Amino acid sequence: MNDHTIGTLTIELLYLARLREALGCGGETLTLAAPATVADALAALCARGAPWEAELGGSRVFRVAVDQDMATVDTALRDGAEVALFPPVTGG
Amino acid sequence: MAQCNVSVQQADFDFAAELARLGTSGAVASFIGCVRGDTRDGVPLTAMTLEHYPGMTERVLGELAQAVSARFALDAVTVVHRVGRLLPGAQIVLVIATAPHRHAAIQAVDCLMDHLKSVAPFWKCEEYGEQRHWVDARDSDQAALARWDAL
Repeated sequence: MNDHTIGTLTIELLYLARLREALGCGGETLTLAAPATVADALAALCARGAPWEAELGGSRVFRVAVDQDMATVDTALRDGAEVALFPPVTGG
Repeated sequence: MAQCNVSVQQADFDFAAELARLGTSGAVASFIGCVRGDTRDGVPLTAMTLEHYPGMTERVLGELAQAVSARFALDAVTVVHRVGRLLPGAQIVLVIATAPHRHAAIQAVDCLMDHLKSVAPFWKCEEYGEQRHWVDARDSDQAALARWDAL
């Protein structure tokens, strides 16, 4: 643990593409009670209300990657994890 | 082991130069995707900006290239995907597959593009004059992916 407080973990959030514009920032650091999953991080963000709840807590579809691997709401988070939230991809 | 070349870049690519990097094979198949000159409410497309997730993009494309070359027993595979602001007619993506026989090469290109469109972290933002909007993912891309067994 490299946290100041035992029992927490800190993640680096990235918001990409349309989500970055809808949320008004490209990313942030978030501290959560440990242990935590992706669902816990999303709950903390949605608790802020609009626009977070509208983008991440409703019917809008988005994807999550943890440490650059596709993840689900059940994916466990480690201290220092990079957690990226983004819309379904549209390359090619 | 097949030769796998993957690049995510702002610069345009040169098909002949990419082809020349590959060794000789019995069959060469390729795909180039370009920015369409679409219109929206009568306004022509001004530009399309490709954004990606640096780091993850290169890794996902590398894994796709490896998986496709193993599945179709390719001699070589090249994937080049551009990012940044592109004008109508500009090249976006290049896939080349080489193999001893044509079916493997042609199917490998098709399979790689279907997977790229569904899993590689790229996003398109279109500009029509002053209006800009993010392109939505298409259900048909997921349906296309379902044609292939899991890589």
